[in-house]
Amino acid sequence: MKDYILPAVALAALMALPLLSPPDYVMHVLITMVLTALAGTGWAMMGRYGLVSFGHGAFLGAAAYTMAILWNSIGLTPWIGIPVGVVVAVLMGMLLGYPAFRLRVVGHYFALVTLAAGEIVRILIVAMRDITGGSLGMTPAQAAPGGGFLAMQFDKTGFWWLSLVAWAAGLLAWRLLDRSMSSKALAAISEDEDAAASIGIRVTREKMKVTVISVALAATAGALTAQYRQYLNPESLAGLGISLQIVFGAIAGGMYAPFGPTIGAAITIGLEEGLRIGFGTEFTGAAPLVYGLLLVLFMLFLPRGIAGMFERRAKPAAAKKAVGEATA
Amino acid sequence: MDPFFLEALVNGILLGGVFALPALGLNLVFGVVDVVWLCYAELVMVGMYAVWFLYTQAGWPLWLAFAACLPIIAVFGLLLHLLVVRPLLTSPPINQVLATGGVLFVLQGAATLVFSTEFRSLGVDMPPMEVGEVFVSGTKLAAFCAALLGAGVLWAFLKFTYVGTAIRAIARDREVMPLMGVDPRRIYLIASAVGGALAGLAACLLVVQLDVHPFVGLSFGPITFMICVMGGLGNMLGGFLAAFLMGLIISVGGFWGTTEFSYVIAFAFFIVTMFVRPQGLFAR
Repeated sequence: MKDYILPAVALAALMALPLLSPPDYVMHVLITMVLTALAGTGWAMMGRYGLVSFGHGAFLGAAAYTMAILWNSIGLTPWIGIPVGVVVAVLMGMLLGYPAFRLRVVGHYFALVTLAAGEIVRILIVAMRDITGGSLGMTPAQAAPGGGFLAMQFDKTGFWWLSLVAWAAGLLAWRLLDRSMSSKALAAISEDEDAAASIGIRVTREKMKVTVISVALAATAGALTAQYRQYLNPESLAGLGISLQIVFGAIAGGMYAPFGPTIGAAITIGLEEGLRIGFGTEFTGAAPLVYGLLLVLFMLFLPRGIAGMFERRAKPAAAKKAVGEATA
Repeated sequence: MDPFFLEALVNGILLGGVFALPALGLNLVFGVVDVVWLCYAELVMVGMYAVWFLYTQAGWPLWLAFAACLPIIAVFGLLLHLLVVRPLLTSPPINQVLATGGVLFVLQGAATLVFSTEFRSLGVDMPPMEVGEVFVSGTKLAAFCAALLGAGVLWAFLKFTYVGTAIRAIARDREVMPLMGVDPRRIYLIASAVGGALAGLAACLLVVQLDVHPFVGLSFGPITFMICVMGGLGNMLGGFLAAFLMGLIISVGGFWGTTEFSYVIAFAFFIVTMFVRPQGLFAR
């Protein structure tokens, strides 16, 4: 229990941030960062065990559109709509994951299968334009006066709290997974699947577990992002572009450390906003250009991401400590 | 037979011819260098811009713009290999894929900066031809013939030249070939350049059929990867056949339903193929 006191205090401090009444723009950037961090954390849950998905955007979209369609058509509150959307996304993930894991689609092949699945979701969203608005996107209906809470349409403070709680839940899930046997099993699987199976690890089941967690986190991030922006469109919530951005954020920050994807989100969103302010909207190309360059440079010089940098420094110290303990 | 259905079949085969070239180029690079160029469709996009710029802005004749496009993109392929792929040859495959994914963003961003997001059209069209009851687009037919010709030249290059033989050999056995006196680094460079040139040729064929914009690669990139993998990564003939299969699925699917529906079927078909025959449809 003691382990959780400090994080809880930190979380409470973050939640109290609106008390300082920061400018709206700052809150906006922070909320976007936290939600991006959540999606990245979800992706890295699978990514760090070698299950590299290029289709996670699809799960953001599945949850977000489910939630928005339920709200617009039958008036179901997003408080229920988001969990329903997450369940839909998780079911989709399982539907794709089970045969892929069972039939041992790994590596490049797994990445491409997820890429195809992500594209299918994007195209379906575009094709069902009668209810999704197609490429033009859709907006959740405005709540009746006084119904803002039920419609989950409130000010930035409300969304800040909501996003923080979801993000903290993601980190908690990371920690719980790390302390479980599943984490060891998954590490073994990512090293050598046959060897892992031979010592009795249920490969498919372990992979399914981490897929469910990963998809649920990404889907939550997607639904909350849509709800926060009050606008959904297929390009920003499904398909290859957004999927690669999630991957980039997680990799840049470092997908092996719990805070890695969060650092990555701070970098990507910070970069995006910085470039937008620095170059103005007419230089829309500058952001992906710098992004891409950084991604290449990270792969060349820092493949374990920013968090990996600290890791390397921390390791020798830890090793020394272990040696010291052994000799004492 | 219903003439419209027949037309869908013909269009499917023509479409397959267009997919075949980038699929061949991607396969060549993968088979030889063992790295997936995630930005391959973006190289094609750059080539399309090159042709568009040389023809409409610089006022070059069309054939010269086409002829220049191949070496230009071949140089891009070389640079991609030298700057990004070569330093990562010993890294895990996923790092290589992500680095080329970074190049994808770089090329899209650069194209947006230089050419803006406006759709650019070459404004060249050939009259449709009537064969029996079927109308065939002249542009598509010409592109198809050029694609077949390109594939034929590639085949002859791989089959009858010394370098081509070395390329095929290194794709088969990476360890032994250096012992036979072949410098793999040189072969990798050549394969990358040829892969780039194929992207350039694909760009010439696509630019007459599609408008160019910075994100045009996303419209045929994913399908190209799927074709490659379906044929069996590194298996040229398989990829070539898979291109026609995908072209037919999309075209005939579009005949029965909408275009979007046909792409969903094609992607779903790909996923099922991966489950059933991960080594590729046409693997021996």
